[in-house]
Amino acid sequence: MFMRGLKRKCFDGEEDIEETLAGIKAIPSYNLQRQSLLDMSLVKLQLCHMLVEPNLCRSVLIANTVRQIQEEMTQDGTWQMINMQNTGQASVDRLVSTDILCRSSREQAEGKHVPGYSTFSKDFEGDQAQDSSETMSTASSVQALRNLQSNVWEMENSQENKGNFQKSLDQIFETLENKSPNSVEDLFSEVDNSYYDLDTMLTGMMSNTKMGHCDGLEPFPSPTTTTSSSNCKSDLNELDHIVEILVES
Amino acid sequence: MKIHRRIGALRKMKCFPCQFSNTIKSAQFNTSALMSVSVFEQADIISTVEFNHSGELLATGDKGGRVVIFQQEQENKTQSHSRGEYNVYSTFQSHEPEFDYLKSLEIEEKINKIRWLPQKNAAQFLLSTNDKTIKLWKISERDKRPEGYNLKEEDGRYRDPTTVTTLRVPVFRPMDLMVEASPRRIFANAHTYHINSISINSDYETYLSADDLRINLWHLEITDRSFNIVDIKPANMEELTEVITAAEFHPNSCNTFVYSSSKGTIRLCDMRASALCDRHSKLFEEPEDPSNRSFFSEIISSISDVKFSHSGRYMMTRDYLSVKIWDLNMENRPVETYQVHEYLRSKLCSLYENDCIFDKFECCWNGSDSIVMTGSYNNFFRMFDRNTKRDITLEASRENNKPRTVLKPRKVCASGKRKKDEISVDSLDFNKKILHTAWHPKENIIAVATTNNLYIFQDKMN
Repeated sequence: MFMRGLKRKCFDGEEDIEETLAGIKAIPSYNLQRQSLLDMSLVKLQLCHMLVEPNLCRSVLIANTVRQIQEEMTQDGTWQMINMQNTGQASVDRLVSTDILCRSSREQAEGKHVPGYSTFSKDFEGDQAQDSSETMSTASSVQALRNLQSNVWEMENSQENKGNFQKSLDQIFETLENKSPNSVEDLFSEVDNSYYDLDTMLTGMMSNTKMGHCDGLEPFPSPTTTTSSSNCKSDLNELDHIVEILVES
Repeated sequence: MKIHRRIGALRKMKCFPCQFSNTIKSAQFNTSALMSVSVFEQADIISTVEFNHSGELLATGDKGGRVVIFQQEQENKTQSHSRGEYNVYSTFQSHEPEFDYLKSLEIEEKINKIRWLPQKNAAQFLLSTNDKTIKLWKISERDKRPEGYNLKEEDGRYRDPTTVTTLRVPVFRPMDLMVEASPRRIFANAHTYHINSISINSDYETYLSADDLRINLWHLEITDRSFNIVDIKPANMEELTEVITAAEFHPNSCNTFVYSSSKGTIRLCDMRASALCDRHSKLFEEPEDPSNRSFFSEIISSISDVKFSHSGRYMMTRDYLSVKIWDLNMENRPVETYQVHEYLRSKLCSLYENDCIFDKFECCWNGSDSIVMTGSYNNFFRMFDRNTKRDITLEASRENNKPRTVLKPRKVCASGKRKKDEISVDSLDFNKKILHTAWHPKENIIAVATTNNLYIFQDKMN
């Protein structure tokens, strides 16, 4: 059941922490765990979005977990730990995810991307984007979560996916304008905005199924992602199973 | 056609009384330990199991919207060491898949819950529900039919009136037993969210249905109206942090019901207090253990099932790792707590990853409220004796299918050196989960549903 995870690559943030905290090993791995939990939860929420009938109880529990992590992270002031990944890893082949994921992000985006922690499109790549995306990342993260949440709940009630995403995207932009860059710039000096790429996270979800250990191992996606059907209780597998039964009978 | 084939397959399987060895008797249980086993193959995943009030009938619902009812055979006097076996009595399609055109969402036909009404006449009645619609089904037997009509032949063709020379009175003649199920009431369009519970009131006239955010009260005779008695939907859905997970009426007080939440709280409400019972009369919540705190604390505290004891004095709740018994008179903590699979606590992250942490296990009382039972993974199920404080883990698997099979107690080794016959946590199969179990209201007969199979275990009669 428990598969090996990928070994985590070293990054600057971790070393800083280790220095400042006099080499207490427990704390970096706690942060890593927490971060990987956050990633996983966000991906789960995003996937909820795309499934036909999101289970409300599950969504609420995951959202609460995300909120809890965020609150703790905000209190700790450990947003600078978010730098999880070297830019080298943001390779194109990682953008290969399922059809559904690509389709949805294209549908919703119309040039822009889904809310939550998603990045902005090519327009925002490069240095000029640093400020805005940094600001977006923290300051509106709670806001974005709420947007995400409201989207998830409202999936149940309305078919206006595009409207909702647009709305929450607007809200994110609003927040961007309101927040003074200075206050958050410091927190985000090392944020790599490619981390918040939706596709990255989603492919991370697919490969997560291979990894059982959450003891600080990096759950970032590998190009060869296969959903382990015996472990991943995804609705897709359930669907396959049902189709199997129908075909057999 | 699918159904008929399935009935054929079911009939082939028979119930084999098994001798149970003395090891069980001495090991854990007060009651002696013969278990006889029936195994029924079902094409679809079983989603609910429920005995009726006498225990003679056992209903199962599955993911395909079908209800299969088993009936206990009359006791065989010659075989004094076994009770009647359960055989298929009736099968019908309760719910069909639907499509909500407004939201472009499919409505699953999976049966979420079945609840029996107490028997008032020759027919049996049950409520079955999927995510959106509740149906009242009447199950009746027909074992006679009229014969000897004047104007019709036996095959239904009309006779030529000129050939009728004498008159006769049609009489009832016995025929092969036919069990018919017909929908008598359909209670629809009252739930925006997915129905997770239905519970029949002790007045036998009303019942409640609960979805994620609301609870409605119905009258069994009236289908076009229901009263909303609990509504926890926030004005702004972004503020939603808690949902209703289960609800049940008190077995004796027709004004009292409870509902549990995803935050691990149970609220007891009195319908006499006000029309809308948003303000609880009692709030049952155990303070969190700070030493066990983790990011998963809330998720594992979410209550998946709540059941009143038959006496009405206690209620039992099931959260992810434990079963808790609450005294209705004491709100601040449960009176008993039983760990179902504490060895999973260190694996919560992985269980979160593969979504197993969201599994909703049910629990049940035995007839005398002395033993409680719930399911676990690897096709294990657990029983806790409240009096002796002993517990036992058993497995529902094909190895126990043969006659005279010993049902061996199982043990999971959490860490360290694994003893012989123990199973290590890492080799548990998390796809084999027992979510639904039921206990006969009077006897020591239990029904345990694995993913695709139904197991019926009986106690040995001395």
